[in-house]
Amino acid sequence: MTNEESAFKIKTGNVSVLQLHLLTTDLALLQKELTIRLAQTPDFFASTPIVLELSGIAKAGTSLDFTALTAFMLRQGLCAAGVAGGSELQREDAVQSGLGLFSQARSASKTDAQQAQQLQLPEQFESPAFSAKVAERAYSLMPAAYKPTLVIDKPVRTGQRIYAEGASLVVLAIVNAGAELISDGDIHVYAPMRGKAIAGAKGNEAARIFVNSMEAELLSIAGCFKVFEEGIPENVRAKPVCIHLEGSRLVIEHLLY
Amino acid sequence: MAKVIVVTSGKGGVGKTTTSASFSSGLAMRGNKTVVIDFDVGLRNLDLIMGCERRVVYDIINAINGDVSLNQALIKDKNCDNLYILPASQTRDKEALSLEGVGRILDELKESFDFIVCDSPAGIESGAFMAMYFADEALVVTNPEVSSVRDSDRILGILAAKSKRAVEGREPVKEHLLVTRYAPKRVNTGAMLSVVDIQEILRIPLLGVIPESESVLQASNSGTPVIHLEKSDVAEAYRDVVGRFMGEDLPMRFIDEKAGFFKRLMGGN
Repeated sequence: MTNEESAFKIKTGNVSVLQLHLLTTDLALLQKELTIRLAQTPDFFASTPIVLELSGIAKAGTSLDFTALTAFMLRQGLCAAGVAGGSELQREDAVQSGLGLFSQARSASKTDAQQAQQLQLPEQFESPAFSAKVAERAYSLMPAAYKPTLVIDKPVRTGQRIYAEGASLVVLAIVNAGAELISDGDIHVYAPMRGKAIAGAKGNEAARIFVNSMEAELLSIAGCFKVFEEGIPENVRAKPVCIHLEGSRLVIEHLLY
Repeated sequence: MAKVIVVTSGKGGVGKTTTSASFSSGLAMRGNKTVVIDFDVGLRNLDLIMGCERRVVYDIINAINGDVSLNQALIKDKNCDNLYILPASQTRDKEALSLEGVGRILDELKESFDFIVCDSPAGIESGAFMAMYFADEALVVTNPEVSSVRDSDRILGILAAKSKRAVEGREPVKEHLLVTRYAPKRVNTGAMLSVVDIQEILRIPLLGVIPESESVLQASNSGTPVIHLEKSDVAEAYRDVVGRFMGEDLPMRFIDEKAGFFKRLMGGN
């Protein structure tokens, strides 16, 4: 080999990361509630990196046993990558436990419990001791304007769930009954839509759903949903439609072009 | 290069084992060295359909555990020279299969066979997963009714997401739709889904349609794969399926009520 290849490269990356907002310094309580929450979605976390957001306990005065907490989390499939926010004492303890320090992010101001809970996914369990949410580009090393739309070009079949986190979702193939599309933005389906569509999953009331052939089982925007127990209304069935939210009511309109 | 083909469906009782037996026999009758593996550990049936149940001494679990060599566990089919059967264990459960062990057996079989047909158990649990994980192609067996179609849809989703090919990001598993127990008369009265309805939902290429027939039951009971029967719609339909699988362009038969009805009168089955 004449070309010398270096053993590594350093690059800036831009990843979105799950944050665990700690709202108590009581380790036993945290462990108890995390166990309950994680038992609901046993396969959801697999070595998922997570940032401990400490703003909620910054004024608590006491610190937390980060070594015990991270060991507990690891057993649950959560891999604590570092901490953000918190008091000086807490940040020092975190470093002692081998955790990294994230600088205060823009979204750190939105850490009161109420706001965090509002941003949760609908199926997530609400718990007073912590709240999980995805910080979209909160800890990015490079500024990014938006997350690219997730485009799916293969059939979405029963039992499959597609989640476009912090982004819109476009599906170019059939979505069958029993399949689930979830997006934090809009959802477009350019094929028959027979499954569930959940747009604005984190509370974006301006999100819309567009489908080429309306045959859905369930439609939801920002938590307001509609099921079609009696079948799809004749006037929109198998037609191209756009769905948006008016107040707390879902409105299904023909797409005219 | 040997091909691994899984015969799967999700739902039970739709004709996976019947199809595995006839399809592997059909491949062997065309001169391909073929082995058919029963993955239904604990509920083995393939040996009965193939009529070799009295010759089962060792099984796939013995071969995986290294108790015997693979050749000792393989049973030569009584009808076809080129066909071998690797039976499931009747006394163990599906947890006895490991991905590593199954992969090792398949690699060994690939050295001496052209086609490896894996007869999947029903469900989406470990046994079915083992049968499909290494597949290059899949025969998705579906009956013309909604629950069977939905289960097939689920299986197709799993094939597309969790098979070895999917996990490794290689070319996806090639999917074939096989509609079994099709009764054109009941389709026309609206009691059954039509082939068109099924394809509209599953959207994968149709490999064949096997008509509903008493002869399947008779063949099962006598331990002869139905493809060997003379003057049988089902046998002809399975031969067509094998022909299409081998790349022949054959017209779909047994879809129309008239033809089916006439055939039944003439053929006497």
